[in-house]
Amino acid sequence: MAQKKNHRTSSDDPEELTRTVLQAVLLADSFAQKFRPITLERPKVLLPLVNAPMIEYTLAWLESVGVEEVFVFCCAHSQQVKSYLENSQWTKQPGAFSVTTIESHDAISAGDALRVIYTHGIIRGDFILISGDTVSNMSLAKALSEHKDRRKKDPLAIMTMVIKHSKPSALTHQTRLGNDEIIMAIDPGTKELLYYEDKVDLSQHLISLDKMLLADKSALSLHNDKQDCYIDICSPEVLSLFTDNFDYQHLRRHFVKGLLIDDIMGYKIFTHEIQSSYAARVDNFRSYDTISKDILQRWTYPFVPDVQYLGNGLQIKLDREGIYKAPEVVQSRSAHIDSFTVLGNATTVGDNAVIYNSVIGQGCTIGHNVTIEGSYIWDNVKIEDGCKLSHALVCDGVHLRAGVVLEPGVILSFKVEVGQQIVVPAYSKVSLLPQPSKQDSDEELEYADANTGIIESPSIATMMNAQKVDFPRGTSDADRSGTSEFYVSGAGYIWSSCEGGNEDEWRHSIAPIPADKLSESLLNAFADVDAPDQDTSCIPASGELLPDSASTVGDGEDYRDSADFEKEVEATFQRALAGVDLENVILEINSLRLSYHMSHADCAGALFHSIMKAALVPSYSSKNDLYANAVKEIIKWRDLLKHYLKTLDEEIEVILKFEEISVETAREFSPLVSNILSCLYDKEILSEEAILSWAQEKEGADESDKIFTKQSEQFIKWLREASEEEDEDKD
Amino acid sequence: MPDVQTLVNDFVLKLKRRKIEGSQASAKQTAELLRSVVSQQRLPYINQATVLLDAVRAVGEQLIAANPVELAVGNIVRRILHIIREEDLTSTASAMEGLSLSANSDDDDNYEREDHQALSAAAVAAAARSTLRAPSLQTLLEGIPESASAPHPSSSGGDSEGKSKSAERSSRSKKLKHDVIEAINELIQDIETCHEQISEQAVGLIHQNEVILTLGRSRTVKEFLCAANEKKRSFRVFIAEGAPRYLGHVLAKELVAKGLQTTVITDSAVFAMISRVNMVIVGAHAIMANGGVIAPVGINMVALAAQRHAVPFVVVAGSHKLCPLYPHNPEVLLNDFKSPSDLLDFGEFSDCMDFSTSGGSPRLHVVNPAFDFIPSKLVSLFITDTGGHSPSYIYRLIADYYSADDFVVRRRSTS
Repeated sequence: MAQKKNHRTSSDDPEELTRTVLQAVLLADSFAQKFRPITLERPKVLLPLVNAPMIEYTLAWLESVGVEEVFVFCCAHSQQVKSYLENSQWTKQPGAFSVTTIESHDAISAGDALRVIYTHGIIRGDFILISGDTVSNMSLAKALSEHKDRRKKDPLAIMTMVIKHSKPSALTHQTRLGNDEIIMAIDPGTKELLYYEDKVDLSQHLISLDKMLLADKSALSLHNDKQDCYIDICSPEVLSLFTDNFDYQHLRRHFVKGLLIDDIMGYKIFTHEIQSSYAARVDNFRSYDTISKDILQRWTYPFVPDVQYLGNGLQIKLDREGIYKAPEVVQSRSAHIDSFTVLGNATTVGDNAVIYNSVIGQGCTIGHNVTIEGSYIWDNVKIEDGCKLSHALVCDGVHLRAGVVLEPGVILSFKVEVGQQIVVPAYSKVSLLPQPSKQDSDEELEYADANTGIIESPSIATMMNAQKVDFPRGTSDADRSGTSEFYVSGAGYIWSSCEGGNEDEWRHSIAPIPADKLSESLLNAFADVDAPDQDTSCIPASGELLPDSASTVGDGEDYRDSADFEKEVEATFQRALAGVDLENVILEINSLRLSYHMSHADCAGALFHSIMKAALVPSYSSKNDLYANAVKEIIKWRDLLKHYLKTLDEEIEVILKFEEISVETAREFSPLVSNILSCLYDKEILSEEAILSWAQEKEGADESDKIFTKQSEQFIKWLREASEEEDEDKD
Repeated sequence: MPDVQTLVNDFVLKLKRRKIEGSQASAKQTAELLRSVVSQQRLPYINQATVLLDAVRAVGEQLIAANPVELAVGNIVRRILHIIREEDLTSTASAMEGLSLSANSDDDDNYEREDHQALSAAAVAAAARSTLRAPSLQTLLEGIPESASAPHPSSSGGDSEGKSKSAERSSRSKKLKHDVIEAINELIQDIETCHEQISEQAVGLIHQNEVILTLGRSRTVKEFLCAANEKKRSFRVFIAEGAPRYLGHVLAKELVAKGLQTTVITDSAVFAMISRVNMVIVGAHAIMANGGVIAPVGINMVALAAQRHAVPFVVVAGSHKLCPLYPHNPEVLLNDFKSPSDLLDFGEFSDCMDFSTSGGSPRLHVVNPAFDFIPSKLVSLFITDTGGHSPSYIYRLIADYYSADDFVVRRRSTS
């Protein structure tokens, strides 16, 4: 700490007030399981992406945009991350870039991580929230200054999300990165994010927006072609929000959506669209593949293999057609290296080998007549003669014996061995570690403790004993039959595909989508277009705006709900009487509102109800006493009430509610309606427009309904005249 | 004074991350860094030059490896190695009174030439005392042409100089270092002032009412044109915009601000316009030993157009851009490929790069090279801070500035 202090005083003493150290929080854990089984042995951020660990790209970018303090939050395999960072260039480096690790083992989500960081109290100003698997070369200056300007004008603008234009595939409804397409509604003027949905139900071809969005905003643009870059500029409030809402787990699913729905606190999220620069996050195997190719195509310049940004110190040379070669590659004269290929240091390529669109790590040995297509081969892999690899991912230390065929989408985790002539079926995942049992796989958990939840079936044990025996040719059929916990002659278990199930495997795999799946989705797409026109928008590029998005729950249910809601509000209000802080009351009512799916107007009505009830509590002898009581209560709770009376609708709702209670529950008020209305008007709780429109609404109603309008006829008349006068004045 | 090693590491990181823009800045900072390397190097009594050379070479190798595309860094490293050699030879020559020098010379194959140069250098130093800079063939030719051709200039002047120096023999250990630092200071000054020196020649080259064409933006070209403008030459400038970075637009703005008559054209219109042009003036990234030029992309096309219409093609560049390597040397990294985002909008083309549906191989390739190579036969004239030179003379300039031993900067193996 003392050292840090020194740092600050020396570096920015004179401009302390104007400039604060730019900080970043880097989550070195994805809190997801998409990279299993590889992530059982190594944290995701240390997995190589074009021969450099992913975290290198993120740190290099943070350094290049002028971030001075990075807090790396590690959870799974924290020891590995820490020791990696200690030996990396980032901690050794002189100058104003410091990397600090924060460790916590019980965090199971990004929300938990941010709560831990909040308790450390290290974030002093705006910070960048980024995941350790993000590749970007964007310049931050503009986004940051926009964020700061907005903050000055509006302290509720607490977050700026970076987005990028990227068209999703019309067939698969996936982005290039393998995520589902995201629907965002953005205010075109202010760039405020109004709606965010990453789990669109495509079967229905419709999304529903809150009609309030359209009521408030003059314009709104709806996008499905924006890619979320998962780079956020946040204000310190974000951390405290996470702490307040302890159920926020996921950054987008809970936090962003939560803020967008919750308009009570009024926090706003804005977007910043990057134009020419690149930003993407490695979220699944598909994005691993896509981003690797983007790097080779140099979209991420200067974070490309031949510019030595990433600190492996090797001078990699870029040949024609995007072939990157490290210095000590031994390549047979007859080997054919084709476009967009990386050959790592000290790798040997045998005769007649054909390699294209692939990344080969360091110290690999590739035998004769090997074909490698679109694959990612990490360090120290041995591939014997005649193997065929297409669109596979092969981790460190894997040994493929002669004649092995890896079909598209195969993942071989660390040190797996595959025996001769074996065909590893498409999309299979093989690891030396057995698959943890299902019940353990908490969806948010990246890793399970190696000791828990592994099915120790005896058959495996015997299999393991038999390992390293080379099976003779022809065992491949037997291997195919194995669904899970089978091991391919050599060593390793085949994992049964987890979560998504087998049919979704092709979506997120490294391999390109097979032709039959594509034609299938093509057919589906056509079928949709052919569907009757009443299904207004079949074109996936545009969403349909539902005129009324109010809850689809039946009316009867609605009634019950609103009664309950009123009771709850009343109880809350009682507690407020007992002296609970006003802010807490608001918070409580808001949470009630959310849980009962009520509108603001409902809150206002219920609250008013409670206030009126409170007015009945003290003893009163005459009408005048009651009136005085009511006025007292109204004045007392004016602020609270005002909080919910933001628009005309809500004010009218209050009047209607008042009417209702005067008729039904608290008849004592019925003679006083007119007086209390004018009192509410005097205290500026109700506007004259609200009262007038209420009167107008009632004009056409039954006589029985008109009691109160008649009663307050004089008042209304006075109001009308006053407003007319005003109008005349204006003219 | 910060530790040299941290300075070196810092600079290496900056180079690696491409944080230093432009040859001039790289050259200047390299020279400054090597100056502090030299000044902080402890020297033994014997073999001082060898120790110094090794120190500079060790640092230089790291610097060159850090950003092989920026050739100016390597050029400066080689220049300084040459300075050390020359200063060493000058002092030994004077100390040994023109006798055999084999004791201190560590380059045997080139012994004869070095020896010869150093001796003549001593002679010139006597003649023109004021100049501190290690004399080159250029100054020899200008100063005393006879002695340059003479194989053994053991004149009385050199002798007396030697005697006066031998008196200070005890302070020699400091002398070498001091001389080297002085020479490096002068080199830094040269780099700083190269634009002015080049611009001085502008009036002689640009005539009244001429039309000049350039491509992209080079600071040297800008200063050159502005200098001619200041001397009340009235001429017009055509600027090819220099896609994809469009620095030509920036140049146009700057020139208009200085009151020059400027026309901006697209790169593709160069051939159409070239017949109206009197002279093409462009900047360079590096000038190679054979007179070939590495220059921003698009200039080769301009050079070919100029040749077709017999328009003089002039390259202006500071002498720190003179590279002693040939373009076919394996050490030379000729080109740098930038991000395709300069050319294409990623969002618009993102569907062309959806690898999941396109069979896994990228169908869209975007190539965005930073540089062109212009063969020497297309260049009419080089203007450097030492004057105008024809392409065939470049090899001679390089022999002046660099020692053939340093062309490949490698740390000597310790064995």
